[in-house]
Amino acid sequence: MTHFDLAYVVSTLPLLWDGMQTTALLTVISLAGGLALGMMLAVLRLSRLRLVALAAATYVNLIRALPLLLLIFWFYFLVPLLVGRPVGGYTAALIGFVLFEGAYFCEIIRSGIQSVRRGQIMAGLASGLTYGQTMRSIVLPQALRNMLPMLLTESINLFKGTALVYVVGVRDFLTAASVTGTRDNTLVEMYILVALVYFLLCLAASLSVSRLQRRYAV
Amino acid sequence: MITVENVSKSYGATRVLTDCSTAVARGEIVVVCGPSGSGKSTLIKCINGLEPIDAGRIVVDGTSVADRETNLPKLRARIGMVFQTFELYPHMTVTENITLAPIKALKRTRAEAVKRANTLLERVGMHDYADRYPANLSGGQQQRVAIARALAMDPIAMLFDEPTSALDPEMINEVLDVMTALAQDGMTMIVVTHEMGFARRVADRVVFMDQGRIVEDSPTQNFFEQPASDRARLFLSKILHH
Ligand SMILES: Nc1ncnc2c1ncn2[C@@H]1O[C@H](COP(=O)(O)OP(=O)(O)O)[C@@H](O)[C@H]1O
Ligand SMILES: [Mg+2]
Repeated sequence: MTHFDLAYVVSTLPLLWDGMQTTALLTVISLAGGLALGMMLAVLRLSRLRLVALAAATYVNLIRALPLLLLIFWFYFLVPLLVGRPVGGYTAALIGFVLFEGAYFCEIIRSGIQSVRRGQIMAGLASGLTYGQTMRSIVLPQALRNMLPMLLTESINLFKGTALVYVVGVRDFLTAASVTGTRDNTLVEMYILVALVYFLLCLAASLSVSRLQRRYAV
Repeated sequence: MITVENVSKSYGATRVLTDCSTAVARGEIVVVCGPSGSGKSTLIKCINGLEPIDAGRIVVDGTSVADRETNLPKLRARIGMVFQTFELYPHMTVTENITLAPIKALKRTRAEAVKRANTLLERVGMHDYADRYPANLSGGQQQRVAIARALAMDPIAMLFDEPTSALDPEMINEVLDVMTALAQDGMTMIVVTHEMGFARRVADRVVFMDQGRIVEDSPTQNFFEQPASDRARLFLSKILHH
């Protein structure tokens, strides 16, 4: 491959677009599931019931000590042995992502809530607000702003991390590019294109969040 | 209006309040002083139920604070509280800080709440700052907004926990002036402070605490001229001589 052939690249776009849709869907579902799980775990970890907090902490620490790939393999190779039928690469990967990201989001959300000074809760309660109103109007808005950069970083990690589905045969953006590149003997172009797309998307995400932060900065 | 009867409280194994009793009548101004760690903050947090008590009874305007049936948010809505560290909400403007609780807890309309906020801002000399964020105000300005925020609930009494301790010296008076005016308007006030000049001028009574006990509870003049306990005398000599 001596020169960058634009016409050729355009001809590969439909296939790559399919792949990108899979990547986007994997990211969105894992993000939603991971955030929901993370929020639940954070609430449990902050619980005053020792046993509940300990159980959530154990889960978080256990998951964070394992490679993501191992989680995906568990659901892809081991769970079918238990349930007696294949789980499928897509489902296995999704479950792995949600369980994994849930642990990381839990820690981000927990530290966000803890970053709000206790005096703020006191002030809210003292003014006659209920605990729920204090959380909603005073603590969570501040917590969310404090955790925004870390939430974004983790979401970008997740977006890039979905490329792991390659190993269980799901055709995401990177896999689609690999397949095309191998077929047409254009791996150099394909991998450069893939890098460019990932880079631009992540850049756009960080820029939009820093704008958001500046707008709500105090 | 506020009675504290034989109140004791511990944090785990640490005894923080031991058998404290006092009473504050309507319109009365009581200054609470004493060395750091003597339990002053804890005592006033117990009065609006921010901290539970282990023994004794606290009654505010006929409502027993520790009673399980007591609706604490409702009770707290009637008692204003001002903190050493202001505790304005940093993500809200001055007006939003003041209108939050009236709208959420008293179900006032936004228009009513804003109108009242403007009146109160005028009263504390902060009407030009309604749309500012707390981070853009000096400490003294923040504390005056915090006082307006507490007053927005039309409280029957105000609790102040060292309202000037975190302020630069040149800002102390602007806050004390607001508090003095409030006292002259007949507000019932419990003020934890080491500003003895303010206590002399404004307080009806001084409560002196040491190691979780109310050691002295006397009319202001008696407290300054003939403190009954050695500990109060020592405290006064230390604090008045710098
Ligand atoms: N949340 C808490 N947990 C444990 N101990 C506390 C807590 N708050 C206060 N204390 C302890 O209670 C004692 C009285 O504190 P405080 O009421 O803040 O005193 P003051 O306001 O007179 O300085 C201190 O010894 C302090 O360390
Ligand atoms: Mg204190």
